[in-house]
Amino acid sequence: MILNYSQPLEVTNLTSWLDATLRSSMPEFWVLLIEFVLVGVAFLAAYAVIALILIYAERKITAFFQARFGPNRVGKWGLLQSVADMIKILLKEIIKINRSDRFLFFTAPFFMIVASMATFGAIAFGKGLHAIDFNIGVLYVTAVSSLGIIGVLLAGWSSNNKYSMIGAMRSGAQFVSYELSAGFALMTIVVLAGTMQFSTMIEDQRYCWNLFNGHISSLIAFIIYLISGHAETNRGPFDLPEAESELTAGYHTEYSGLQFGFYYLAEYLNMFIIASIATAVFLGGYMPVQIKGWDAFNGIMEYIPSYVWFFGKTGVLIFLSLWVRWSFPRLRIDQLLNLEWKYLLPINLVNIVVMVILVLSGLTLKDLLPSFF
Amino acid sequence: MSSVSKYFSGLFTGIKSLLFGMSVTWKELWTKKVTRQYPENRATLVISDRWRSELTMPHDANNEHACTACGICEMNCPNGTIKVISQMIETEDGKKKKSLDRYTWDLGMCTFCNLCVITCPSNAIKFENTFENAVFTREKLKQQLNREGSKLREKKKEQPATPKE
Repeated sequence: MILNYSQPLEVTNLTSWLDATLRSSMPEFWVLLIEFVLVGVAFLAAYAVIALILIYAERKITAFFQARFGPNRVGKWGLLQSVADMIKILLKEIIKINRSDRFLFFTAPFFMIVASMATFGAIAFGKGLHAIDFNIGVLYVTAVSSLGIIGVLLAGWSSNNKYSMIGAMRSGAQFVSYELSAGFALMTIVVLAGTMQFSTMIEDQRYCWNLFNGHISSLIAFIIYLISGHAETNRGPFDLPEAESELTAGYHTEYSGLQFGFYYLAEYLNMFIIASIATAVFLGGYMPVQIKGWDAFNGIMEYIPSYVWFFGKTGVLIFLSLWVRWSFPRLRIDQLLNLEWKYLLPINLVNIVVMVILVLSGLTLKDLLPSFF
Repeated sequence: MSSVSKYFSGLFTGIKSLLFGMSVTWKELWTKKVTRQYPENRATLVISDRWRSELTMPHDANNEHACTACGICEMNCPNGTIKVISQMIETEDGKKKKSLDRYTWDLGMCTFCNLCVITCPSNAIKFENTFENAVFTREKLKQQLNREGSKLREKKKEQPATPKE
């Protein structure tokens, strides 16, 4: 109760009040039903809104990196640009492709969007803003997010177009390779944290983020996770599945209207999901910056709502991803596979052993300096 | 160099060059934006004098132009955009003389090749750099270049050229 007064801006206050009011007037079954529907609607809305914000932010930041202004005609500073784009995409015709595998062609975008939506549900947005909190959260996220590749492969296969096919095969090779590094990088941190549950993992990082706790080993895992996450989302220097100079638009060449919109949406949300998992695992998730012993400072930091911390940290990582995207030229397919199999994976395997040694021999920052962290 | 040291030196030089690339783009992020926003910057817009977008016939203060209606521009125009319509008038001393009635130019047909201006023997026409020529119908692109009531600039007979000393 005291927490409610000290943190007036937390959404937990609203959700617990809603739960209490519903429970006072209804049997449990209906309460749960209504809450599930509300959570679902909130997630779908958040999914769309975050994608719109990301598209706008990406276009603006891209423009700034290229010394341009970016969208600035639709609304103040072009703020309504992505809304206008969304309306345009919704109004476009969904074209039926002759001699394509009609059923697979129509199901492929749903695989993509369902995979990204299911991962989205496991993200901890803030205190009490956490829909699914499995005790195997990290495993769940890695497993479900890789379902999206089925959508990509199906799209490439069913389009009956060689560009789509090559794009999808490249994407498959890329995704399967980099999934391995991303999984190993997360495993390294699971070794350190001793849990796979996001909520406990975040709570343990109150005074010391995992990035600092495992120092050298964590840092390597963090960088590898960012690189492989970036590659999994088919963006930046790793966008060769949709290399427009060779493959028109890759696996979504034949898609139009809303179906293309699904791929577009999923691409941006995957970027957000990768950044938010990295935030939760390495940067303490929604935990405010806290220093042991500085109670006044901690109190002020606690006053800033947890979702602001979450979106702030995620935003920094998304900016990093855009920065990388507009700095480096696109990799060739052999360079891409070299980077994964000759560099990231061996380094990762050594790194996970180093982390085990660090944890077992008590060399983590928390063990070394228990009074500070 | 052994393959092991090659592997590690390659890795570290790679990381170094990637970080250098990122520092370059970071600096680029804060540079001044080069975009010029056209309708807003009309006041400061600079268009080169050599830019050809509108044919004009300069008139002086007395509403006189230099066109003798010889028709050389019309003959040289590859697209037939120029029509020189002349009339015969009688001067005070009773001579018959060809004079310009209407000089029409069709912007929509013009390729801005400048042949008319180059070949004009009396420098009566020139291209301007006023480029905002969009209109809603093609008819409006057909312009008459000589003004209403204008006439040929007479050669100054009362002041013969001073002989060289």
